[in-house]
Amino acid sequence: MRISTFFYTLKQGAKNIWKNKMFSLASIATMSACIFLFGIFYSVVVNFQNVVKEVESGVAVTVFFKDGATQDQIDEIGVQISKRVEVSDKVFVSAEEAWSEFQKVYFEGSEEMAEGFADDNPLVNSSHYEVYMNDISMQESLVTYLESLDGVKEVKSSDVAANTLTDFNRLIGYVSAGIILILLCVAVFLISNTVTIGIAVRREEIAIMKLIGATDYFVRAPFIVEGILIGIIGSALPLTVLFFMYRKIIFYVGEKFRWLSGMLEFLPVDKVFSTLVPVALILGVGIGFLGSRLTIRKHLKV
Amino acid sequence: MIKLENVSKAYSAGIPALNDVSLYIEPGEFVFVVGDSGSGKSTLIKLLLKELEPTSGSITIHKQRLGNIRHRDVPKFRRNLGVVFQDFRLLKDRNVYENVAFAQRVVGTPVKTIRRKVPAVLSMVGLAAKYKSYPKEISGGEQQRVAIARALVNEPKILLADEPTGNLDAHNAWEIMKLLEEINQRGTTVLVVTHNQEIVKAMKKRVITMKKGVIVGDERAGDDNED
Repeated sequence: MRISTFFYTLKQGAKNIWKNKMFSLASIATMSACIFLFGIFYSVVVNFQNVVKEVESGVAVTVFFKDGATQDQIDEIGVQISKRVEVSDKVFVSAEEAWSEFQKVYFEGSEEMAEGFADDNPLVNSSHYEVYMNDISMQESLVTYLESLDGVKEVKSSDVAANTLTDFNRLIGYVSAGIILILLCVAVFLISNTVTIGIAVRREEIAIMKLIGATDYFVRAPFIVEGILIGIIGSALPLTVLFFMYRKIIFYVGEKFRWLSGMLEFLPVDKVFSTLVPVALILGVGIGFLGSRLTIRKHLKV
Repeated sequence: MIKLENVSKAYSAGIPALNDVSLYIEPGEFVFVVGDSGSGKSTLIKLLLKELEPTSGSITIHKQRLGNIRHRDVPKFRRNLGVVFQDFRLLKDRNVYENVAFAQRVVGTPVKTIRRKVPAVLSMVGLAAKYKSYPKEISGGEQQRVAIARALVNEPKILLADEPTGNLDAHNAWEIMKLLEEINQRGTTVLVVTHNQEIVKAMKKRVITMKKGVIVGDERAGDDNED
C-alpha cells in the first residue's frame, strides 16, 4: 500500500467520525462508559486482590518434627521446603522461641505462673517451621508433600482459611470475567451500530468507489479506521478521568479514614495504571476493530 | 473490443431482461444503444461492468472473458472502463477537483500524478476554472462534465455512458455529446445508452436498438436501414 493511500484512509476514517458526529459521539460516550466501568472495576479488583494477598501471606503451614530429630535432619527439611515453588518464605521457630512466644501470649501480666516451669520447657518438642505460600490454593498439595518428608511428625494447616480465600479469589475471577464480557459485548454492539449508519450514509460513495475500481480493502479500510479511532478516543478519555479520580480517592480515603490504613492499603496509582492503560487501550482498539470488522462483513458486500 | 455471445439475463421467474444477445463492438467505435424502458439497456451496462452475471452466454472485453475474472480481480478489470450516469453520481461534499481526484486515489495513483492529471482532464472538459466549486454550485451540464472527467482521468479504454443527457436541457445535452465524440476521436471506445432519438440521429453513429431484451436493430454509421 502506498503511503499516500495509507494517509488517505486515515483521513477518511477521521472524516467519517466527523460526518456522523452524533452517532460517533454516542459511540465514543458508550465506549467511554464501558471502559470507565471496566477501569473502576479493575481498580477495585486489583486493590481487593491486594488485600486478599496480604491476608494470604499471613496464613502459614506449621511443620513439626519427630521426637529426637537432629538439627541436620531439621536443616535438610528446611532445604526441601525452600525448593518448593509455592513457598514464599519459611521461618524456623526453636522450642525456646516457641515457649517464649507462648508465655507472652498466655502469661502476660501473670508471669509468676510461668515461673513454675523454671528450666523445664514444656514445649521441648515444639520446634517447627512456619511455611508461608505464594498461592494459598496450593496449600493442600504442599501439606501432602511436607507430610511425606523424612523426620516430619505433623503438619498443621488451616483448611478453612485456605478454602475460603481460594473460593473468594475464584469468585472474584468469575465475576470480573462476567462483567468484562458484558461490557465488551455492549461496546462491540454500539460500535457496530455506528459503522452500520456510516455505511448507510456513504452507500452512494461506496457504489461510486466500486464502479471506479476500488479494491475491497480500499472501501473497507476507512470504516475499520473509524472503529479503531472511536476505540482509542473512547478509552483515552475515561483513562484520563480515572487517573485523576483514583489519585483523589486515595488521598481522600487516606485523609478522612486514617483508621482504615492498617487494613486497607491502596495500590499506588502508577502500579494500577501501568497495567490498566495498555489493557484499556488494547480493549478499546480491539472493540473498535471487531465492531467495525463484523459490521462491514455483514453490511458491506463489495 | 466488446463481444457478447448469446448472452441472456433473467432476474427471477418471468421475462428475461436480456435474451440471447450477441454483439461485437470494435475498439475505437462510438455506439448508441437505444430502446424503451425495460428493453434491457441498463442490464447490458451492468453486465459490462460485471455488476451482474449473465444467466447464460459469455462476455469478452479486451480479450478478457468476464466469467473468468475472480471477485478480487473485478476492481482491476473495472479500471479499464469509465462510467457516466444520468444522475452524475458526484460526491456532494467534495469539490470538482476532489471528485475527479477521487477516481485516481481509489486506484492508488501517486499524489504527484493526481496533481498533474486532474487539472489536465478538467481543462479538457472545459471546467478548469471551476475546480473549487461544489456540485450544487454548478449546472447539470457542468456536473455531467465533472462525471465525464472522473470517468476519463484513469484513461480507460472504454467509456460507458448510461443516459448521460437524461437530466439535461437540449443545449447541454448536445454539448455533452460533442464532448463524448471528442473523447472517442482520441481513441476511446464510447458506448452510450440513451432514448434521445434527436441526438442519436444528429450524431450519425452506429445505433443498436433493443426491445424486450432482444437486439432488433443494428444500424451502422451511414446506414439507412436497420439490419
